[in-house]
Amino acid sequence: MKKIIIILLFFFVSFGNANSLIKVDITRGNLDPLPIAVSPLHIDTKSENLESLKKEKLGESISKIIENNFRGTGLFNPLKKDAFVQKPDIAHIKPRFEDWRLIKAQALVTGKILVKDEKLKVEFRLWDLTASKEMVALSFTTTPSNWRRVAHIISDKIYERLTGETGYFDTRIIYVSETGPKDQRVKKLAIMDQDGNGTKYLTLGNELVLTPRFNPTNQLVTYMSYFKNMPRVYLLDIETGIQEVVGNFPGMTFAPRFSPDGKKIIMSFAKDGNSDIYSMDLETREVEKITDHSAIDTSPSYSPDGKYISFNSDRSGIQQIYVMRSDGTQVKRITFGKGLYGTPVWSPRGDLIAFTKVRKGRFYIGVMRSDGTGERLLTENYYQEAPSWSPNGRVLIFYRETKTDSKGKGFSAKLWSIDITGYNERMIKTETDASDPSWSTLLSK
Amino acid sequence: MKFNSALRNLVLVLFSTLLISACSTAKKAKVDTSDDVYTGTETVEYLAKGVPDRVFFATNKSSLTTRSRDTLRKQATFLRKNKDVTVTIEGHADERGTREYNLALGERRANAAKDYLMTYGVSGKRMTVISYGKEKPVNPASTPLAWSQNRRSVTIKTN
Repeated sequence: MKKIIIILLFFFVSFGNANSLIKVDITRGNLDPLPIAVSPLHIDTKSENLESLKKEKLGESISKIIENNFRGTGLFNPLKKDAFVQKPDIAHIKPRFEDWRLIKAQALVTGKILVKDEKLKVEFRLWDLTASKEMVALSFTTTPSNWRRVAHIISDKIYERLTGETGYFDTRIIYVSETGPKDQRVKKLAIMDQDGNGTKYLTLGNELVLTPRFNPTNQLVTYMSYFKNMPRVYLLDIETGIQEVVGNFPGMTFAPRFSPDGKKIIMSFAKDGNSDIYSMDLETREVEKITDHSAIDTSPSYSPDGKYISFNSDRSGIQQIYVMRSDGTQVKRITFGKGLYGTPVWSPRGDLIAFTKVRKGRFYIGVMRSDGTGERLLTENYYQEAPSWSPNGRVLIFYRETKTDSKGKGFSAKLWSIDITGYNERMIKTETDASDPSWSTLLSK
Repeated sequence: MKFNSALRNLVLVLFSTLLISACSTAKKAKVDTSDDVYTGTETVEYLAKGVPDRVFFATNKSSLTTRSRDTLRKQATFLRKNKDVTVTIEGHADERGTREYNLALGERRANAAKDYLMTYGVSGKRMTVISYGKEKPVNPASTPLAWSQNRRSVTIKTN
């Protein structure tokens, strides 16, 4: 895997004042998405290999990625380019605001590309068409092969400026790629950009792999593998491809997740029919037993400040969600609704816990406050589970499996996302069937 | 007249016998589970003649039924007789639970079988346990019957 690339933020032309007229509210379902025009980025005539650059249509490709990102949020409505009234190069210098308002656009993105000395420089501006002024102007310099990431970073900057929240476009998803019939699935670790591009496979599919999760810097992944028929938690360095077993447990370890500082892995260890929660310090290799109960304790997840752990346990007789201090004290059950509750995952903002609920043969993805109050079920289906948060805590990604017929045919597993408002449910395109998604943090901060 | 009514009775008896037998076959095909535990033989394989390789469980449970104990005692007898045989006990769950919980549940089921075999004189050293959770269904259908067949622990000879 390529090294994390360095993108230089070159200059910072201006930053419009905060009380601008256009503002997108993302705290509720947006039924009236903001009309936005993304003008193709034009190519500076001073560029090297100008003709081939024009042929490659890099400027259009970048604008398409931005549009696709915006459309995916459900908060923006990117307008069709054939209605655009101004040439990209002229609009970038100074748009005729009244002309753009005519096509009902409220915001406009323009930009310019320059390739010089084997470096790609991308400049963009965001215009508030209602107030007739520039809101953001930024430029990035990087190697030309990183053009997709530049498009995602631009999307994040615009999203941030218009919603007041950090974006989630310059991110990756790690997941389990699935092929073959339901009773003989071949599973591989796979990683892709948040928009489904650039898929890479990290394992060959010789052994069953499950539940990959990123560390906070996105360079390491912890997951479970059945290598040599010994189901254990592993640690994989994405850049070097080096992997190792986590700890020296005499039995199955599973359900791993990093602590928010990335120093520990928390997981379950099953021995003699009982699963408890353990943590291991990656540096000192020190193992700590956190729960000690004859019931099944699994699916642990730290709060973002590292002070608490949420997990599911069947100590009450059925699977429910609990919260405890990270040393294992003060265990408190937080779900009391009808049905089973599992896979708690703490929001990166700390305010909510996402979960899977099973009731009357149906599976729900929901969110609740970290004390268990305010439960909201976002989506219902035959089978879905394992939510993972976008880095800004606004979107959940999870996987969904279809019901098969009486011969076991018709099976599929796909990744889906939904806003925590309950709106904007979407299938995420993947090259193969997919499950167990985990969302990275922002690659560039 | 009398003869007629006797004939009619006979016909009735014949007819109701047919009806009952039809009922009982229909019932037999349907009720392959008792209290949510699979009792059929469709997926079962054998360690030796008369020694079934697997036992079944109720949803979210790992307790052994009378029938399961009977099967495991047969396995124990077989293993005591064949002292060089080592086994892996696989624990499985159906597809109607979350993945991680099912891994734990499969492990609990396999150990329930292992513990029972140990009480009947099989050394723990001859048995290894592995859980596959919901990852390896024996029947890929999304039906209550398939789920009951998938909630299982299977004893497999490893040598």
